[in-house]
Amino acid sequence: MDRQHIVEHIPRLRRYARALLGDRYAADDLVQDTLERAWNKFYLWRPGSDLRAWLFAIMHNVFVNQVRRHRNEIEQTMEELPVVAVRATQIEQLELRDVDRALGALPSEQREVLLLIAVEQMTYGEASRALDVPIGTVMSRLSRGRERMRQVLGGQAAVPLKAVK
Amino acid sequence: MTMVTESDLHAYVDGVLPERARAEVEDWLAAHPDETERLRAYREQNAVLRSLFNPVLEEPVPASLFRPIARAGWRRYALAAGVFVVGIALGWIMRSALPSPAAPSPSLARQAAIAHAVYAPEVRHPVEVAADQEDHLVKWLSKRVGTELKNPNLHALGYELVGGRLLSGPQGPVAQFMYQDARGQRLTLYVARQRGERRDTAFRYSQEERVSVFYWVDGSFGYALSGEIGRSQLLEVADAVYKQLNP
Repeated sequence: MDRQHIVEHIPRLRRYARALLGDRYAADDLVQDTLERAWNKFYLWRPGSDLRAWLFAIMHNVFVNQVRRHRNEIEQTMEELPVVAVRATQIEQLELRDVDRALGALPSEQREVLLLIAVEQMTYGEASRALDVPIGTVMSRLSRGRERMRQVLGGQAAVPLKAVK
Repeated sequence: MTMVTESDLHAYVDGVLPERARAEVEDWLAAHPDETERLRAYREQNAVLRSLFNPVLEEPVPASLFRPIARAGWRRYALAAGVFVVGIALGWIMRSALPSPAAPSPSLARQAAIAHAVYAPEVRHPVEVAADQEDHLVKWLSKRVGTELKNPNLHALGYELVGGRLLSGPQGPVAQFMYQDARGQRLTLYVARQRGERRDTAFRYSQEERVSVFYWVDGSFGYALSGEIGRSQLLEVADAVYKQLNP
């Protein structure tokens, strides 16, 4: 196992970054920063451990630092997001666009957990290691994220998407 | 009735509960229709999120993403053979990132060709387990990939098994077998579980820069034979591989 294996994970890192950030270019920048760090710090990777989990953990750290740095910018972007038109009768045919927006409106901690579990199909333990939080935290974020998505999409009330935090 | 926790319900949605706990949750749900509806919505979220973002896996990777690797690799490992290997993979991948008039090559062929480009030029470590431990190799890869693998015998065509290695692909573990002829020409056979219930057994051909790939899907597994040889020569081998796997 050597660092060339990193290359094989690039498509998955891109998928996660795209889902996390919504924007293609911002996502690829995140992937690039992650790869740079992973490549230069490969000596920190413990042979035999899960390379994917390690790469996702690095991406999480890069992402969190970016969020911290650009918090104001991001909050501003979220305020500009249109409120999703909620149609309770059409819950059977969730529109992809609506789901994408509802996802974007989740607090980033919940969005990360939901994506690692639902899209990346990590186990709860893997997600806990990638995000460096206890499993209990993974479960509570997952629970809150799913429920918030459901309410936004299912029309319990017309919850405006900018209502984050 | 047993206590069912919120975590159990999520584990149920994600299909990770053991059999017995699943049955318990189902019994509990039978008495809680509102909760059934809630979990159905969560499952639908999983499905929609996957269908939204899985297509990213099929997109060609922009060449810019390889810059940190190329730069860092070159600076720190200029003398290591690894750079040569990565260089070949990069050359290939960057090429594939350019717009092409032809239809985009399906991911199975692309992944197999990348894996071929990365490992076939390796001088010292082309495989993880060498052919002298063939039985162990096949058993190990079968166990990891989750199906009983057969490694074809290509002796009649002049190719001998070098060995194999375990790779990681979008659907989990992938097996790669490597063969070599007397001149050192290498072929790799890539076996990966496929998503969904596609059962396409037709041969397809893809030319990825210098790597030719014949690939096909058989049941829930995809097979791809890659090599830097001509299409008709590779087809002859692919045909033999296919026949041995489907006697």
